[in-house]
Amino acid sequence: MRKKTLYLANRAGSKGAHIGSALSIIEIMAVLYGGILKIDPKNPFWIERDRFIISKGHGSLGFYTALYEAGFLSEEELDTFEENGGILPGQPVMSVEKGIEFSIGSLGHGLSLGVGVAFAGKRNHTASNVYVLMGDGECNEGSVWEAAMAAKQYHLSSITAIIDANEMQSDGRCSAIMGVNYGSLWESFGWQVCYVDGHDIHDLYVTLKAENKKETPRVIIAKTVKGKGISFMENNNAWHHNRLSDEDCHRAIEELDFSR
Amino acid sequence: MIPVTSLNARIWSKIGSRGTYGLTMMELGKEYDDIMVLTADLCTTSGLDRFREAFPEKFCNVGIAEQNLIGIAGGLAKEGKTVFASSFATFVVMRAYEHVRLNLGYMGFNVKVVGLAAGFAMGMFGNTHYGIEDIALMRAIPGLCVLSPADCSEVVKATYAAAKYCGPVYLRLTGGMNCPVVYKNDYLFEIGKAVSVKEGHNIAIISTGSMVYQSIQAAKELEHDGISASVINMHTIKPLDTHTIDELCGKVSLFVTVEEHSIIGGLGGAVAEHLSSITSSPRLIRIGIPDAFQRVGDYEYLLEQNGLTGSKIAERIRKEYMADSF
Repeated sequence: MRKKTLYLANRAGSKGAHIGSALSIIEIMAVLYGGILKIDPKNPFWIERDRFIISKGHGSLGFYTALYEAGFLSEEELDTFEENGGILPGQPVMSVEKGIEFSIGSLGHGLSLGVGVAFAGKRNHTASNVYVLMGDGECNEGSVWEAAMAAKQYHLSSITAIIDANEMQSDGRCSAIMGVNYGSLWESFGWQVCYVDGHDIHDLYVTLKAENKKETPRVIIAKTVKGKGISFMENNNAWHHNRLSDEDCHRAIEELDFSR
Repeated sequence: MIPVTSLNARIWSKIGSRGTYGLTMMELGKEYDDIMVLTADLCTTSGLDRFREAFPEKFCNVGIAEQNLIGIAGGLAKEGKTVFASSFATFVVMRAYEHVRLNLGYMGFNVKVVGLAAGFAMGMFGNTHYGIEDIALMRAIPGLCVLSPADCSEVVKATYAAAKYCGPVYLRLTGGMNCPVVYKNDYLFEIGKAVSVKEGHNIAIISTGSMVYQSIQAAKELEHDGISASVINMHTIKPLDTHTIDELCGKVSLFVTVEEHSIIGGLGGAVAEHLSSITSSPRLIRIGIPDAFQRVGDYEYLLEQNGLTGSKIAERIRKEYMADSF
């Protein structure tokens, strides 16, 4: 998935792509699409399916590669990433058929949508779970906390929020820009809080697979590294959104091959 | 649908547009299994207390959180619900604007945003609570249908029409309690089709919301001066009934739009945009709220100060029409 991500970013050419924040969610996406989500690419509108909402739309490359691996997108479709008029722009566009539940891009929208979906599921007595992936920087948005309150108030235990806690946002370190302890914030909003290594497949799988026996929503704070896996991209905000040249792409892929 | 009768019109007028909205939702709650009614801590103010008691499973109060109101509405609509989400027009439109743009516009969800107390209805609350830019903002969003009923009878009809309409709607409610009555008898209400409420041949007053009644009053005054005015109730701002406007172009020498909204971007703006594409169209006078924040006052005071009463509208039209005649 990392190689695909890099390949697509390279294909995007001078348009550039969000690379660092896609690389940080690869394991999260792999575990969700490989072993957690109750979905069927042959029956994308299945009413009982789990809903995955990528609220950090700029993680689209990690998302699209997972949809490809899960069978929602063909290789040809995946290769249309950032093509003019294509179905896979930098920020996802709603297409349930392709496994994309909502149009996303503006931060702080996904959790409210997830609350609405979970609410409908509760009213309709469906057994779907709702997973919302957010960035830690995204939690600056007030609307996230409006949704957090509502999810607790209405006992929406089918919701699992996952925070891609790479500790970086566009302008630098999250702690320097808005230094709050998000874990204790979620707790104070009445959510169950779990902490995991966001690059540890086993840790992620066990945590996500665990049944939620309480009547409260839960949040999984996944400690990640922005640009994970590529030495010159890790924790380097120059790769938040950048053009990936052929040379840098080769260098990055060599690193991945070497580390295997 | 509850019928429009003289008695019902009087009752609805007494409880005002918000009370009438709540009453209509009670009826829709009985008829629609998949309806969801959302409020942002304005349940009582929206006339929704009875709905909450009768249909708790179809109701959700999200607290004072308008962004979340629209986000939750989007999620519910995506899962097949017909969602009505209401708050004061100023908050539900402006505080939640980007959420409206994405959920109702971009994704086209079947959500009906109800803007309560639009215009000056909040009187002494002041400018924070006046909804005077909402038409401009909402009609700028692609795909959104914008409805602005003329009186409480039309609130009933517009609310029903919004529920039946498959797509995003902004329903703008003007006026307070004891709303003036325009319709005492049943009539045909169709989204996108203006209604003629008075015939005339010199000028055409195109009006919306609370200003339809005031425009009828103005037209009556103008009759005494020998100016024959037709009055059009443009209850749908978007899609605009351009057919009706085109027909009037060949008949009248002056267009006037009247709205309890800023003169920028509202009904007047929409009509001006259309007329600008017509060669030698009649002149257009836009009557509305001037482009400035107002000194605070009660509803009647604000209408008077802003030239939005029947007499003031007639006075303005008379002056402009006479000037054209010389």
